[in-house]
Amino acid sequence: MKFFQHFGEYLLFLKAVFTKPEKGKIFFKQIVTESNNIGVGSFAIISLISGFIGAVSTIQIGYQLVSGILPDYLIGRIVRDSNILEFAPTVTALVLAGKVGSNIASEIGTMKVTEQVDALEIMGINAANYTSFAKIIAGVFTIPMLVLYAMILSLIGGAVSGWASGIISVESFVKGLRTDFMGYNVVFALTKAYTFAFLITSVSAFQGFRTQGGALEVGESSTKAVVYSCMSIIFFDYIISQLMLFK
Amino acid sequence: MVIIENVNKTFGNKHVLKDISAKLYKGKCNFVIGASGCGKSVLMKCMVGLITPETGSITFDGRDFLKLNYNEKISVRKDIGMLFQNTALFDSLSVEENVAFPLRMFTNFSEEEIIERVNFCLSRVNLINLNKLFPSNISGGQKKRVGIARAIALNPKYLFCDEPNSGLDPLTSRVIDELITDITKEYEITTIINTHDMKSLFVMGENIIFIHEGQKWWEGEKAEIRPSGNKELLAFMEASEF
Repeated sequence: MKFFQHFGEYLLFLKAVFTKPEKGKIFFKQIVTESNNIGVGSFAIISLISGFIGAVSTIQIGYQLVSGILPDYLIGRIVRDSNILEFAPTVTALVLAGKVGSNIASEIGTMKVTEQVDALEIMGINAANYTSFAKIIAGVFTIPMLVLYAMILSLIGGAVSGWASGIISVESFVKGLRTDFMGYNVVFALTKAYTFAFLITSVSAFQGFRTQGGALEVGESSTKAVVYSCMSIIFFDYIISQLMLFK
Repeated sequence: MVIIENVNKTFGNKHVLKDISAKLYKGKCNFVIGASGCGKSVLMKCMVGLITPETGSITFDGRDFLKLNYNEKISVRKDIGMLFQNTALFDSLSVEENVAFPLRMFTNFSEEEIIERVNFCLSRVNLINLNKLFPSNISGGQKKRVGIARAIALNPKYLFCDEPNSGLDPLTSRVIDELITDITKEYEITTIINTHDMKSLFVMGENIIFIHEGQKWWEGEKAEIRPSGNKELLAFMEASEF
């Protein structure tokens, strides 16, 4: 029962968020700032994680495919598909749920407990819109770009680790990447990326916005933002996979 | 003038405001006093629209706030300035940007006009050369003054001050009191002040409302307090440091 109450509150929050901003110029500035915080601010961690995931997946797939029968370029093909379909969008989203989600929730939560949100309301400003709309738009704009970047970097990481460990030559790895490539897989990954981006930013903003109390509650909201974002990512990962891969 | 009539508010089983009616006058410092938990903050939140009371009316110069639609409420809110107990300055904005915020949101002023108005408001509260600092870099008294500057940026008709002197030393408190009084008189604002500070009340109080256990217990002018013989009010006064 509590779940439905929270879900209803979440929908009402989204209704308040998705209204026309008070001033377009200020809204545009906010989007640029938030895009910088979410996108550029997450560049290093996504680089590190996606590069290593590609590298590790190549080594593990190479370890499992030790056989004289199967051609080694299959390693490149499996690394490509597993990274494009799952690792790049989902792992990136889970990492960003931790980094971006907790940041959004704690920022808005602090504004709430220090009466900054009340100050906005008293001025006649739609506080949900002002605090959250730009963050959601910036997230939906930049997170799919980070996912695309993660896809490319994970494949580069895979090629480098395959070559460095002697599992597979770069030529064979690239041959595997090009074998039976399906553009639809990228569309599938980007669909997940857009969905996850919306979930991370909106769920976290909602958790921040419903904070009441003090510093302790801001911490709780931040934790809830990460937990609920991760749970919704995993749930929608399953739903989208079911809908798009097995029609 | 702000007229409150028969306002009731409950939270769960707790009846916090019990049928409160009062008049708050233009160009005067109207004080709402009472012990912690008596309901004065809830009453102020009802007045500024952060909490909706179950019954009653709150009228701003003939506009019944509770009966207005969303857009009409926004137009009333643009006439309201508020100084919060903890100032509620935006952490991510500098002093100048904080004061400029309502101007940028609600006026079509050019950037030069905004900066001119910001500098005027900051000089009005005796703050100069702090424009580029952030709230975390200034003192509590300076924050309060920035809060006042932000509250008066749009020339409000109504100024709400929630515990304006809390956490301030006596000298800074006096400066803040004088500022609020001067601004109230100069711009003919209806000022409503929630406080425990009896020193402020006796310096600047004109119309005083005493809330006790959620009810309006007494209303009058400061000269009428002692002769009133109101037991609870006098006990509250005597218990204060003043």
